[in-house]
Amino acid sequence: MLTTDKKRLQKRHRAETRFRAYGVLSLMAAAGILFTLIYSIVSSGYTAFYRTTLLLDIKLDAERIAVTPPYSRNALMQGRYSSLVKSALYAQFPEVTDRRERRELSSLLSPGAELAVRDYLIDHPDSLGTTIALEVPMSSDFDQLYKEHLPRSGENIRFSEQQLQWFDRLLEEGRIEYGFNTQFLFGGDSRYPELAGIAGAVVGSFYALLVCFLLSFPLGIAAATYLEEFAPKTGLTRIIEANINNLAAVPSVIFGLLGLAIFLNVFGLPRSTPLVGGIVLSLMTLPTIIIATRASIRSVSPGIRQAGLAMGASPVQVVFHHVLPVAMPGTLTGTIIGLAQALGETAPLLMIGMVAFIANVPTTPLDPSAALPVQIFLWAESAERGFVEKTSAAIMVIMMFLIMMNLLAVIIRTRTQSKVE
Amino acid sequence: MNTYQLLTVFVVLAASAGFFGWRRASSPAFLQQGRSRSRAVYHGSYTVLWCTVPMLIVALGWLLVESWVIRPAVIETLAAGGVQPTANVAFQYLEIRNIAAGVLPDTHASEAVLIAVEHYKSLSSTASNIFAALFLVAGVSGFVYSYRRISAKFPAREQVEKFVRFFLLASSTVAILTTLSIVMALVVEALLFFKHVPLLDFLFGIKWSPQIAIRADQVGSSGAFGAIPLFAGTLLIALIAMLVAVPIGLFSAIYLAEYARPSVRHIAKPMLEILAGIPTVVYGFFAALTVAPMIVNAGAAIGLSASSESALAAGLVMGVMIIPFISSLSDDVINAIPTSLRLGSLAMGATRSETIRKVILPAALPGIMGAILLAVSRAIGETMIVVMAAGLAANLTANPLESVTTVTAQIVTILVGDQEFDSPKTLAAFALGLTLFCVTLVLNFIALKIVRTYEERYD
Repeated sequence: MLTTDKKRLQKRHRAETRFRAYGVLSLMAAAGILFTLIYSIVSSGYTAFYRTTLLLDIKLDAERIAVTPPYSRNALMQGRYSSLVKSALYAQFPEVTDRRERRELSSLLSPGAELAVRDYLIDHPDSLGTTIALEVPMSSDFDQLYKEHLPRSGENIRFSEQQLQWFDRLLEEGRIEYGFNTQFLFGGDSRYPELAGIAGAVVGSFYALLVCFLLSFPLGIAAATYLEEFAPKTGLTRIIEANINNLAAVPSVIFGLLGLAIFLNVFGLPRSTPLVGGIVLSLMTLPTIIIATRASIRSVSPGIRQAGLAMGASPVQVVFHHVLPVAMPGTLTGTIIGLAQALGETAPLLMIGMVAFIANVPTTPLDPSAALPVQIFLWAESAERGFVEKTSAAIMVIMMFLIMMNLLAVIIRTRTQSKVE
Repeated sequence: MNTYQLLTVFVVLAASAGFFGWRRASSPAFLQQGRSRSRAVYHGSYTVLWCTVPMLIVALGWLLVESWVIRPAVIETLAAGGVQPTANVAFQYLEIRNIAAGVLPDTHASEAVLIAVEHYKSLSSTASNIFAALFLVAGVSGFVYSYRRISAKFPAREQVEKFVRFFLLASSTVAILTTLSIVMALVVEALLFFKHVPLLDFLFGIKWSPQIAIRADQVGSSGAFGAIPLFAGTLLIALIAMLVAVPIGLFSAIYLAEYARPSVRHIAKPMLEILAGIPTVVYGFFAALTVAPMIVNAGAAIGLSASSESALAAGLVMGVMIIPFISSLSDDVINAIPTSLRLGSLAMGATRSETIRKVILPAALPGIMGAILLAVSRAIGETMIVVMAAGLAANLTANPLESVTTVTAQIVTILVGDQEFDSPKTLAAFALGLTLFCVTLVLNFIALKIVRTYEERYD
């Protein structure tokens, strides 16, 4: 009798342990996946912040560039630099004379090499006629080879035997440098992975978020204030509330359809611009801000309201002078979280045309532009191997912004909590 | 006048209206009239409102004139010049405007476009002169009217507060307007689509190939718009996602709510929040870069051939995305259960897991069902993961290793790039969008209803 009881108890305790283990396993699974995700992104992306350059001695010959004095900026912009760079490279390998071989040799260089020379000359017009030692970008394939992302041998090898020999010789001579890739952080998009940068996308996202904030912050506070403080409990109020809850759960792609059909086709707003992107994002952010602000207004102590009213303030004055300032931290936290969500939204921006290839960094919200998440999508869909690391690096950048925004929200929340306590 | 000049005029007029209103209300003459009903700042605000609101109304009217009078007139000249307006009228019009503004060079423009540009220039210069005059008149007369009403007896504060309340009410209707315009946009375009393709063929057809051939004699020139493969693909991926997310999310929530020490909770909750904060495009890239090759390799190891874009990869990663959603909602639900239920069960000698399984979960079941329904609606509406990892081939299959496509993925594919608003292919996206909107609306409605009734039970 006793033993069966004991057995049953043991069985129940085993079940207890098992049940508990499921919980631990679930959490560990979630943590494991998060770790895998971060690891796979960082390990494939950190190399994008570096790039491989080739040190060449380039003779800046005015005749070959085809510029005549005065050497204005415009004239230099239109000069021809391609042959300068190529002959500097050929000079390293005097034994290579065959045209086909030379073409193979010049594919070590990026199309951005001549632009590097041009930009140097524009910055230093006095150096015309002299020979300079300049680091010019290598082509994506050799950049990837240096980073050991592409194999030297095996199937589908992208390099000829000779190219590998040239590459090794340049490496031995110390002409190949591996340094920080400023162009990635400060340049616009490009068709060539080694030249592509995210500044255009970052600025586009910034403008879109700015428009989103300017629209959704005042509107969200106003709507929340009305619903919490002034709205009569009528059918209309109930419909508005149901609507806000529902909008928060509408799939983002539907907002894209709205932007396309209404803002672009009916109102004729300019396609591909952060302005339209920001408007669409603000409609998506609005429910988040309204819900957060309402919760925050509700938690303001009624004593503050009553004290204000007792001193003779009108209801509007009580709300604007007393309730809203007290509720502001909660509102700000909700707004920042809403903006962080908006920063990661991709689908609606795809539909309003922010996927177009744009190499320039936008200067106003009315310029066509990409946005960070869309840039990630575009690079992820590109076939070139060199874009894989760019995609991961762009993800690292967007995650950094998200972490900063969330940290800001946490700081605001904890600071006000300690103040209240 | 250009936009910046108008903006300057607007700001200057508003500021001076406020200043003069305020100064009049704080002048000695005003103060002699006796005790004022409002403070000077309210008189100032009152004049600002009377100055700016009319100007804003005129500006809104200008936008309507621009898009409903000038735009059709210009496009008509374009058509008269022999350029047929293509589906991308908006783009052509933008080009004309840009040439007129000198942003674009007119060297590549055709004769007809140049005529249209001239027409646009003359129309818009006349219209903008009229508009600028109206703008000024509206602002100044509004100011003069309100300025003359300022007196000690005038209830400026009440007037301003009335306006503020109206503004608050108007802001709260933005949500309704958004929903209405979503419904309008979807229904209008979807109705156009159903003119080409009967509703029943769309809902119950089993072949989806929206490509319409340019030449009539090409294969598949008609296009097929049977959405069943898309619905099946969507459900398959959502099912896989739920199989991942429900157990992991639910057990995490139970563990965090019932077992975990505060120190564990302090680490685990932010971790789940990070998982929730990762943009979906990142999950999509992760699915395509890491998970899909893993599935292909694993499949090859046990002799199964998996497509590089498989329903499994998209579903698994989508499940991961939904874990925090389920766990945080379930956590709230479990925490809302009165402690007395828990204590009663423990007092009867039940172990904690027995308490959870036999008392807490049955009590929390409606709330958890609501959470799961909300999660399903999310899985159905999720876009980027499926666009990047599930593929575009509309296979009607239940094999998770094959490539399937979903409603959202098709909407994006159809609408990214060139659109022609007269072809059934483009309109199909709106029909799909309408279907998606209705389904998620119903799911959300039911879920919120369940959660609400459940919350009331323990309040």
